[in-house]
Amino acid sequence: MKALVFAAGLVTASAALAETPVLTVYAPDYFVSEWGPGPGIEAAFEAQCACDLQFKPGDLLPRLLLEGPQTQADVVIGLYTDVTRKARASGLFAPHGQDLAALTLPISWSDDTFLPFDWSYVSLVYDETRLPVPPASFEALADAPEDVKVILQDPRSSESGLALVLWVKAVYGDRAGEIWQRLAPHVLTVTKGWSEAYGLFTDGEAPMVLSFSTSPAYHIAAEGDTTKKAAIFDEGHYAYVELAAKVSGTDQPELADAFMAFILSPAFQGLIPETNWSYPAALPRDAWPQVFRDLPEPAKAIFLDEETAAGLRDEAIEEWRQALSQ
Amino acid sequence: MLTLEGLRYTDGAFMLRADLTVPAGRRVAVIGPSGAGKSTLLDLIAGFRTPDAGKVRIAGQDVTALPPGQRPVAMLFQDNNLFPHLTLAQNLALALRPRGGRPDAAERARIVAVLAQVGLKGMEARRPGSLSGGQQSRAALARLILQARPLILLDEPFAALGPALRAEMAGLMRQAVDAAGATALMVTHDMADARAFADDAILVAEGMAHPPVALEPLLKDPPPALRAYLGG
Amino acid sequence: MAASPVAIIAALVVIGLILGPVAALLGLGGDLPAPGPAEWLALRFTLLQAALSASLSVALAIPTARALARRRFAGRRLLITLLGAPFILPTIVAILGLLAVFGQNGALNAALAPLGWRLNIYGLHGVVLAHVFFNLPLATRMILQGWLAIPGERLRLAAGMDLSPAMVMRTLEVPMLARVVPGALAVIFVICLSSFAVALTLGGGPRATTLELAIYQALRFDFDVARAITVALMQLGLAMAAGAVSLAFARGAGFGAGLDRTVPRWDAASPWLRAQDAACIAAAALFLLAPLAMIAAKGAGTLAAQDPTLWRAAAHSLIVATVSTALTLAWALALANRAGEWVALAGIALSPLVLGMGLFLILRPFVSPLAVALPVTALANALAALPFAVRILRPEAQTVREDYARLAQALNLSPAVWLRRVLLPRLRRPLGFAAGLTAALSMGDLGVIALFADPDRATLPLYVYRLMGAYRMDEAAGAALFLLLLCLGLFWLLDRGGRTDADA
Repeated sequence: MKALVFAAGLVTASAALAETPVLTVYAPDYFVSEWGPGPGIEAAFEAQCACDLQFKPGDLLPRLLLEGPQTQADVVIGLYTDVTRKARASGLFAPHGQDLAALTLPISWSDDTFLPFDWSYVSLVYDETRLPVPPASFEALADAPEDVKVILQDPRSSESGLALVLWVKAVYGDRAGEIWQRLAPHVLTVTKGWSEAYGLFTDGEAPMVLSFSTSPAYHIAAEGDTTKKAAIFDEGHYAYVELAAKVSGTDQPELADAFMAFILSPAFQGLIPETNWSYPAALPRDAWPQVFRDLPEPAKAIFLDEETAAGLRDEAIEEWRQALSQ
Repeated sequence: MLTLEGLRYTDGAFMLRADLTVPAGRRVAVIGPSGAGKSTLLDLIAGFRTPDAGKVRIAGQDVTALPPGQRPVAMLFQDNNLFPHLTLAQNLALALRPRGGRPDAAERARIVAVLAQVGLKGMEARRPGSLSGGQQSRAALARLILQARPLILLDEPFAALGPALRAEMAGLMRQAVDAAGATALMVTHDMADARAFADDAILVAEGMAHPPVALEPLLKDPPPALRAYLGG
Repeated sequence: MAASPVAIIAALVVIGLILGPVAALLGLGGDLPAPGPAEWLALRFTLLQAALSASLSVALAIPTARALARRRFAGRRLLITLLGAPFILPTIVAILGLLAVFGQNGALNAALAPLGWRLNIYGLHGVVLAHVFFNLPLATRMILQGWLAIPGERLRLAAGMDLSPAMVMRTLEVPMLARVVPGALAVIFVICLSSFAVALTLGGGPRATTLELAIYQALRFDFDVARAITVALMQLGLAMAAGAVSLAFARGAGFGAGLDRTVPRWDAASPWLRAQDAACIAAAALFLLAPLAMIAAKGAGTLAAQDPTLWRAAAHSLIVATVSTALTLAWALALANRAGEWVALAGIALSPLVLGMGLFLILRPFVSPLAVALPVTALANALAALPFAVRILRPEAQTVREDYARLAQALNLSPAVWLRRVLLPRLRRPLGFAAGLTAALSMGDLGVIALFADPDRATLPLYVYRLMGAYRMDEAAGAALFLLLLCLGLFWLLDRGGRTDADA
């Protein structure tokens, strides 16, 4: 009962705000949490828009596809490149209308619907105290002593896990299955999502974990811990780009456009590194926090366009599954 | 008072018939061999079992279709006559107010008085588990007195007691039934109990509950079915 | 007792909550595909691990419960409460706790290292170990409840006849187990059916793919609703079949009513039995408490250094737990019969993801799902706790009915008086346990709130996940410890409330 009364109270409270236009933005949970970029972005945008920016956390694409054209969302933020094909096919998104010249991605980007707001390299992050010499490629990891273990995420339930199998597929092509078989002894375990894997890694369960090249920035900046590092692979790293898009059925098109423009602004971009612990998508390197500028970067960015990625996906997952199931 | 008309009850191979009348104010022992259906007969009268055919009339009213609680009947079972988690006073209050609600001052006074009457003075706050077997029987009797129903059914309520206590309880019960002007049927295996309590007897044997007859002559000159049982 | 219309309504609500979401999703999905080879593989593994986990949990619970039933020692109550903890932990916290003991870098391997041994926890054995960790306490409590339901009179009779412990086992304990064990097996089997994160992590990789993972993948990743429903129905079918089998086996009469006397156990005084019971209790305590100790040790440092928003999340969780508990108890009382137990199993058999998404679809035309995130979470948690509550209540509810229905009828008690004066007081002990379990479970479960939670309406488990998602593993450990303490406190309070005035 109390909860109902409580909920009713909140409904009334939000109805009272109905005078100001509301911009509804769907975002992933980590994005809107009090430690993520959400609160800062909300404050900065509301300061300039005379509107109420409301983040609605949770699943993005599944929720949007469930709701269809009646969705309340005006903007969606936090999509990633491996789902753009499905998102585009839904017809739910409108062109973003932004000038892409400001982008500072390591790859070229010309998509007129999905607008990058941050990015990072998918990487194996290791603990230097337990693994003094990290592998420099997947093959080097495959050839390493068997006690060099890594914790991965499942490509069937996790974005970073999917990015990893596409990365291996992009580098090794037809040999991907064989590489996975050789990597299998080094895979300590596979988790449902990133949090479980990373939690196990920081607990010392394995010296290495699938994460992002920017993860060490958190440990350096927030904890003064310089022992967590990303292993840089010579063969290049999969660029993981996070995206925003405007919903075509929005009832606040001007506000949505303003928000899309805001995404590329320095106010937004400057918040990204130390709240999302990733690279901003449209901020020159010299405007990055020092800790990000100091991070080692791979020489080569690997990127699969959405058609290629979609074509390889099922095969890449199946090769991974078979190799690790033996 | 109680009339069973063409009553028939079957349960698998078991069968029981009854066609009899018990006049008002009689105390009747229900006797007969084990398994003949003495408890079944009481269940049929109380409404815990439904007959295949025939009618149960109590005080002229056809109660065959009524649930047990709505029949003008009070019953004591072989066990579980009191709720163990409730005090005696609470148990008795439930008998007075089965639909809930607190007993009023008059009812509370009656509970105290009835407990005193059965020899449990001042034990209102005790729970059944802290009483002796004899005291539990007295408490159950108190419940019966408070219910004040015109027909009382007793299904071997003192089976667990020793002979001396049983005789004492049979006497108490007899007084209570007489004082209330009620009609009573008591199932028993013990002819001493039967004599201490009843004037009449219903013999249940060979699938039949016979009409009540005077107890003493029946025991003096038992029919073959009863003789076999009494002899054994 | 006029219980049947209430029972039918309660059952219909459960069925509606299961079929409604499935139907809502089906409306989107089109034709159901037949299961492919991947689904059959997942089915095989799911069945295997659930059967092993349930059997082992119950097999180990029997000696543990027996030891706890016939021993009295200082700290026994505290131990019984603490033993309930693994069951109510959020999975992610439990995984970290377990691996802190049994993992590569865990305490056990640290102890074995000087001997040159190394334990690898990842594999089917790891999945079973984790599930036993979660469910042994539940099984122990359910069986302990059965032991405590044997009336003192029967034990006294046994002692009077000088029955040996083996004979007491045969005449009293085995019939009790025959009544309690099938239900315990079924409930645990069904919980393990929907395991996903634990099975995958401890299983060491895609070998340990369960049906729930397939549902998750289909629904959240591929957005293949029809396939998700196919797999969800497979899972539901397995659970219902397991429930039917267990009910067919769960025979055996009750022991009749006692007079609530407490009676010591005379049959277990031999030193050998003492040692045996002590060993059982010590082993179970070590197995269950060591991971909890690791969680406590890890979280202690940041327990006090929490952000004030933790309190708000905790308040939300408390509200959700209170509402779920009230709902579950009312529901479970109505369903505390054979058919009800079977229906209630569906509550945990339906994938939470399907339930959440289905409810989302159903609610959306009427109200913003975000606005009702907390009530919906409370409802979903109540549904998920229902099978446990019914399992706990049913044996004793049935006994009460068997023993006192005639007396109540003879007294012409109204249904309300029967409920208030007889059924509820007689069921106090299992009700307290069921309430404690539901409250703690609802408190610790992430539940459907993860699917549509407002930033302002996070519950405590969601708060822990958010901390982890933001790299704040240390603070997450502190918040998790706080969650654990809160769950335990709530469990203790309610469970104890049920046990005052009773010997246990």
